[in-house]
Amino acid sequence: MSAPLLSVRKLRVEFATRKGPLVALDDVSFDIARGEVLGVVGESGAGKSLTGLAIMGLIDPPGRIVSGEILLDGERIDHLSEDRMRLIRGPRIAMIFQDPLTSLDPLFTVGDQLVETIRAHQPLSAQAARQKAIGLLGEVGIPAPEQRVDSWPHEFSGGMRQRVVIALAMCAEPELIVADEPTTALDVSVQAQIIRLLKRLARERGLSVMLVTHDMGVIAETADRVAVMYAGRVVETGPVREVVHAALHPYAQGLMAAIPTLETRAVRLAQIPGSMPRLAPRTRPYCAFHTRCDKRFEPCSSIAPPVTRMGGREVACWLHEPVPAGAAR
Amino acid sequence: MSEARTLVEVEGLRRTFDVSRPWLTRMLAREPQRFLKAVDGVSFDIKAGETFAIVGESGSGKSTVARMVVGLLEATAGKVTIDRFEIRAGADSVEARRVRRRIQMIFQDPFASLNPRWRVGDIIAEPIIAFGMPKPAGGRDDAPSPEATRRRVGELLGLVGLDPVDARKYPHQFSGGQRQRIAIARALAAGPDFIACDEPTSALDVSVQAQILNLMRDLQEQLGLTFLFISHNLSVVRHMATRVGVMYLGKLVEIGNAAELFARPRHPYTRMLLDSVPDLSMVGKDRTPVAGEIPSPIDPPKGCAFHPRCKFAVDICRIDVPPLIDGVACHLAQDGRLPDLSS
Repeated sequence: MSAPLLSVRKLRVEFATRKGPLVALDDVSFDIARGEVLGVVGESGAGKSLTGLAIMGLIDPPGRIVSGEILLDGERIDHLSEDRMRLIRGPRIAMIFQDPLTSLDPLFTVGDQLVETIRAHQPLSAQAARQKAIGLLGEVGIPAPEQRVDSWPHEFSGGMRQRVVIALAMCAEPELIVADEPTTALDVSVQAQIIRLLKRLARERGLSVMLVTHDMGVIAETADRVAVMYAGRVVETGPVREVVHAALHPYAQGLMAAIPTLETRAVRLAQIPGSMPRLAPRTRPYCAFHTRCDKRFEPCSSIAPPVTRMGGREVACWLHEPVPAGAAR
Repeated sequence: MSEARTLVEVEGLRRTFDVSRPWLTRMLAREPQRFLKAVDGVSFDIKAGETFAIVGESGSGKSTVARMVVGLLEATAGKVTIDRFEIRAGADSVEARRVRRRIQMIFQDPFASLNPRWRVGDIIAEPIIAFGMPKPAGGRDDAPSPEATRRRVGELLGLVGLDPVDARKYPHQFSGGQRQRIAIARALAAGPDFIACDEPTSALDVSVQAQILNLMRDLQEQLGLTFLFISHNLSVVRHMATRVGVMYLGKLVEIGNAAELFARPRHPYTRMLLDSVPDLSMVGKDRTPVAGEIPSPIDPPKGCAFHPRCKFAVDICRIDVPPLIDGVACHLAQDGRLPDLSS
C-alpha cells in the first residue's frame, strides 16, 4: 500500500473541566488511503464525531489536542495556525454534517452559496464559477441543475439538500471528505441514494471519505475498511468484510450480533449488558469494555490492552495479545 | 397462538390537518383552505397477544395512526374499538376510563417523555394512582395504599431490569436505555393489555436497542401483552412483529403476516423499502436505489400515490386509487401482473 493520505497517530483529546481534564479521545490511530472509504462506527459518546472534528481542526476550547499527530500526505496538520488551516479546510479536507438544513444558509440561493465557496478557493469569474456550480449540482445528481441553481434551500427535499451539501463540499476539489452521519436524517430509500453517490464520488474522483456513523449497515455497504470506536479508543480496525463477519474484539462482535437483520426473526437478539462508561479523567488503566465483556480475564481490569497488528487488521484486546508476565494483578 | 380474539379494531381511520394560511392572508390572496391528509382511510385489526407493526418513511402517517388508536388525537373519521368499546379522544365516562387503563403508550424520546422534576418512583406510581392497582382477572380498582403503591413500583422496576432503589432517583441520573426502561415500567403500571410503541428504540444505540427489544418481547410473553409497534426501521420490525402494515402517504399499501411479507413482499413500495435497507450482508455489493422521495401529503399524486416512483406503473395507476384488497393496494399485484421477485 502506498503512503496513506491521512494518518492519525496516537491522538489524544482532552476537555478541561472544573474538576480537571476529561479524556475524550485516547490513543486513536488509523490511516485512510487515497480513494478509500473508511467507516468509523461506534455508539453515541464513543468519540467518532470528535475524531472528525479533530482532523478538521475544529476542536474548540475547553477541548484540545494534547498529544499525537494528524498527518495529511505526510505533513502534520494538527498544530497549524488558523490561517494555514484555512488553506487545508476546504481545498484539501471538506466536511459534511448530519442535518443538511442547518448546513445551508436559508437566505441565499444554493447557487449563491456554491459560487461564493468556489470563488473563495479558486480565482474564477462569477460566470465561470456559476458554470462550475451547475456542473457540480449535475454531478451530485440534482435534476435540471441549470434551473435548480437558483432555488432556495427550502425548495429542496431532504435528500436533495444533502446532495447540495455534498456539492458544496466538492467545490474546492478536496482530497478527503469527512462525512459525519450524512444519511442519519434521511429516509431509507433516500439514504440508499446518498450512499451510492458517495461511493461513486470516491471511485470516480479518487476521493477519500471518512464516513462517521452509528449505523453498521451503512458502513457495511459503503466502506472499504472500518474502525470501531468505544469510549474514546479505536478497539478494532480492518477490512469491512472481515470485521462484519468475523470481528476480533468482543465489543465489535457484540455490536454486529445486536443488529437485527431482515432475514429471520431471531428468538432473541444478542445483547451487551450495561452501557458505555462516561469520560474518565485520565487514561484508563484497564480495558474500558471489561465491565460489559463476557470474555474478560485478569489483565482486562488492570492494564489497558495495546493495539495489536494482525495482518491487515488491528485490535486492542488482551484475547489477541500475549499478556506480559507478572502484569496481571 | 391458540386464542385468536381480536383486541383492537381500526376502521376507516382518517385524519386531516388544516394547514391553511391565516384567514386574512388567505382572503387577500384569494386562496382556498388547504388540508393535509395525514391518515387517509386506514383499517386493520390486532389480535390479542400479537405485535402489529406499522412501517413507513417519515410523513407516511404512522405516528398519527398510533396517536389516534390510543385516543391521544381525535380522528376526523373512522373509529377505533378495543374489545368492542369505541375509543374517543377526551371521553371521560366511567366506561371510557376502564378501557383506557388497558391502553398505554411508549414514546420515542425517553428524554422528553419523563418529567425531569419527578422522582422515578412518582413517575411510575402516577398511573397506579390515576387508575388504581391492577387486579388479576380484571377485578375492580381499589384505592391503593402508599405502601402497596411503593411495593408495586419496586416490582415494576425489577420487571424492567432496574433496581427498586432507583425509585428515589431522578430521570437525569439514568442513561437513554435505562430511561426507556422507566418509560416501559410506567406503561406497565396500570396493568394494560395493549401498548402502542412509537419508535421506542430509534433514539437508542444498537447495543441498548437490543436490550430494550429483548425486554419488550420477554414482557409480552410474560404478561400476554399486545403491541402496536411503529417504526421506520425494517430490521427492528422484522424482529418484533407478527403482522405488518406498510404505510405510504397516509394509506396502508400492504398488510400481512410478517414472515410472509418480508419473504415475499407484493407491493412495489414494500419491495423498494426492503431493497434499500443497508444490511450487514451487503458488504461489497452494489445496488440501484429507487429514485425520488416521498411526495408532500398536502398535494399527493393522483391515482396510486406511489406511481411517480414505481417502475412498473401503467396508465391505470395514474388515474385510479387502488383499494386494499387481499392485503395489497396495487393494481398490478392484484392482477398478478407484477414480475416475480428474483434476486
